[in-house]
Amino acid sequence: MNSAVDPTFNLSSSVAAKPGAVEAPVKIQVNKLNFYYGQNHALKNINFTIPEKRVTAMIGPSGCGKSTLLRVFNRMYDLYPGQRAEGEVLFDGVNVVGKDLDSTVVRSRIGMVFQKPTPFPMSIYDNIAFGVRLHESINKAQMDERVESCLRKAAIWEETKDRLHTSALGMSGGQQQRLCIARTIAVRPEVILLDEPTSALDPISTSKIEDLIDELKQEFTIVIVTHNMQQAARCADLTAFFYLGELVEVGTSDVIFTNPKEIKTRDYITGRFG
Amino acid sequence: MDATIDSSGATGRIPIHQAKSIGGLSDPLFVGALWASGIFVLILLGLIIAQLFLGGLPALQEFGLDFLWTASWNPVTEKYGALVMIYGTLFSAVIAVVVALPLSFGIAFFLTEIAPQPLKRPIGVAVQLLAAVPSIIYGMWGFFVIAPLMAAYVQPPLIDLLGPIPVLGALFQGPPLGSGMFTAGLILAVMIVPFITAMFVETLESVPPMLKESAYGVGCTTFEVYRNVSVPYGRTAMVGAVMLGLGRALGETMAVTFVIGNATRLSASLFAPGATIASTIANEFPEAPIGSLKLTSLLQLGFILFVISFIVLALSRALVRSRLD
Amino acid sequence: MASLAARRAKDTTVKVVSTGFAVLAILLLAWILLTLVAKGLPALGLSVFTNVTMPPGQNGGLLNAIVGSLIQIAIALAIGGPIGIFAGTFLAENGKGTKIGSAARFVNDILLSAPSILVGLFIYQLLVVPFGGFSGWAGSLALAILVIPVIVRTTEDMLNLVPVGLREAAFALGAPQWKVVMMVTWRAARAGIVTGILLAIARAAGETAPLLFTSLGNNSWSVNLSKPMASLPIAIYQYAGSPFDDWVALAWAGALLITVGVLVLNVVSRLVLARSH
Repeated sequence: MNSAVDPTFNLSSSVAAKPGAVEAPVKIQVNKLNFYYGQNHALKNINFTIPEKRVTAMIGPSGCGKSTLLRVFNRMYDLYPGQRAEGEVLFDGVNVVGKDLDSTVVRSRIGMVFQKPTPFPMSIYDNIAFGVRLHESINKAQMDERVESCLRKAAIWEETKDRLHTSALGMSGGQQQRLCIARTIAVRPEVILLDEPTSALDPISTSKIEDLIDELKQEFTIVIVTHNMQQAARCADLTAFFYLGELVEVGTSDVIFTNPKEIKTRDYITGRFG
Repeated sequence: MDATIDSSGATGRIPIHQAKSIGGLSDPLFVGALWASGIFVLILLGLIIAQLFLGGLPALQEFGLDFLWTASWNPVTEKYGALVMIYGTLFSAVIAVVVALPLSFGIAFFLTEIAPQPLKRPIGVAVQLLAAVPSIIYGMWGFFVIAPLMAAYVQPPLIDLLGPIPVLGALFQGPPLGSGMFTAGLILAVMIVPFITAMFVETLESVPPMLKESAYGVGCTTFEVYRNVSVPYGRTAMVGAVMLGLGRALGETMAVTFVIGNATRLSASLFAPGATIASTIANEFPEAPIGSLKLTSLLQLGFILFVISFIVLALSRALVRSRLD
Repeated sequence: MASLAARRAKDTTVKVVSTGFAVLAILLLAWILLTLVAKGLPALGLSVFTNVTMPPGQNGGLLNAIVGSLIQIAIALAIGGPIGIFAGTFLAENGKGTKIGSAARFVNDILLSAPSILVGLFIYQLLVVPFGGFSGWAGSLALAILVIPVIVRTTEDMLNLVPVGLREAAFALGAPQWKVVMMVTWRAARAGIVTGILLAIARAAGETAPLLFTSLGNNSWSVNLSKPMASLPIAIYQYAGSPFDDWVALAWAGALLITVGVLVLNVVSRLVLARSH
């Protein structure tokens, strides 16, 4: 099983179907990562590279460790005593796992959008301003501008511009999720982690988010965890398949979904388990 | 694309390993305050126990453990003992639980199985409001309204009817004063019914519908399902609820002080006046100067009450954790 | 095996009796309230609010007692509120799953039901004896100790209802804990925390026993917190047990005031909570 996970795995050796999918600098490099929930060994010796300004999808059955890995990238596991990571996650060459860096700093560079929309109980405007104020002190005009630009990028400016100061809780689920994306990019991260961002949404909202992901990769490195294989195939340049805490196979999405090397991967994408 | 957002890692941003943490000094301060408050609550109970114990220490040194089973409370001879009050505390609280238990079972049955949906909440809230009425109001109501009724209409026939019976009759002796153990117990019962009922209802509502449905499926009546499925299912929690009611009744002060009669005599009769630890402290405190043996005896009584309450409440907590609402 | 008819009859009997018990509980509440209105309302003139307590027969009021109660409750909240909210937040956030957290939660549940008169004795020993006298401060502190467990419990319960995702989303933006808590979780649980504070006020307003040995009561006008201070429950206690008819009437007026206040607070707190869900 581990044979596919060669630490020196070279992306350029994969068949490149999408032009430019692989010729990108490395943004995140995972080296010999192990993760534990108390006694439970949830991630086993993961080695993995994520290219800059590309969309990388992580797929696999529930409990395979894909969400866990996502939560290691931005140190979310820090919130829970008893969870610990061993190994390295290099972000622009700097290890973000461990105690060297403050988790607030890591999270300002590596943003995250969750499965369920999580609007804060405040106005649409303040939802976005909240994150910005944490990291920068800018004046009202600059903030207005930032709010507008982020809402535009998240493709909800038109729907929200007349009610910026009303509660975000009154929006539809799809709008809330796009607001959460706007809120995340407002902090100006370099990487955006998406944890099954459309699993709670209807098909129309889902396709809007998928279009948005395509737009955002111009500027951001995107890592998406999804249960929906069509979504991975549609959005992602690279796809990684996880099973039982191990990385089984990673390659360009075209290869993974049309001609995977591993039988496990084939069985999963053809719906034989999971 | 808008130019105000520059997310490129290479341009214009300090490298991540040189960035400063965002929390600054505020975060350790805030988190420290959270811990300090939690630990304060933790040690508060210990502080209270320690103060009561130290305050009562002179009485303990004077009377030793005899304090616990001495029935005299005599300021003239300076001979103090806790027996009458411990007896009164337990007796009145047990009366309260014995009366409150069937009431709570019935009201909980009504609220969970009988009440039409739109009435459930208002009736449930009305029952809960009984718990919100301040203790002193129960005291006044008991003293001015209930005690005279007891003296006129309830106690005389009971004394006439049951008094002559051997053994059992001992519970129904003495003049119909109105105030006394029985009246105190009844008032306490009204006060603890809301607590017990609320926890009963909460427990009963957590019974999986499947269990109840399968019992209905074999032809059980509503009451049979209640008695044979719901109550056994929630038994542990319900015992805990009763313990909580008992714990509340043990320490109730003002209501009891008004109606118990405040007599430091031992009597088996339900209608005899008596005293609880809490009522004795409330009553005798004004005549207990600082440094007197009486004051330290009262503090010693307080310590004993704390220990009894603690045991009962801890037991209750081990069986169930109530929801506050 | 009992016959079907017998089982049905039993079922009906129990249903009737249970309904009767529920009706009885409501009748008891109504009885208490009607008693208070019947005896308290006639005595509830304007002078109750404008005059201080006076010797029998001089048309005294309860002004000093009302003001004293308000002052002591306000100070109790000012002290107990922050400690309670912080401790409740501790239990819901940092103390979760730790031994200290479980122990503090257990202790708080005991304090919630512990006899309030013992809190009075505790403050008596801690403040009154060493600092030479009964005082408004001592009364306020006793009430603070009584409101803390109520606020801790509601705060913890309400914060536990805040979705985990909301906290994580705030942390994911790089927010430090104090900002996450103050700007997101507290805000999301605002209605619940307010409920806890209202319930705490209701509890403090009706408590008599812990004030007996701390603020003692005061028959003249005084807002000096270092001196004995009047309070509504103590005035009621003193007057209700007196042999003078006008004092007893005033006690009923005070009892009506307190009960209406406490019940309104309880109902309002339920409405606040119901509206937020």
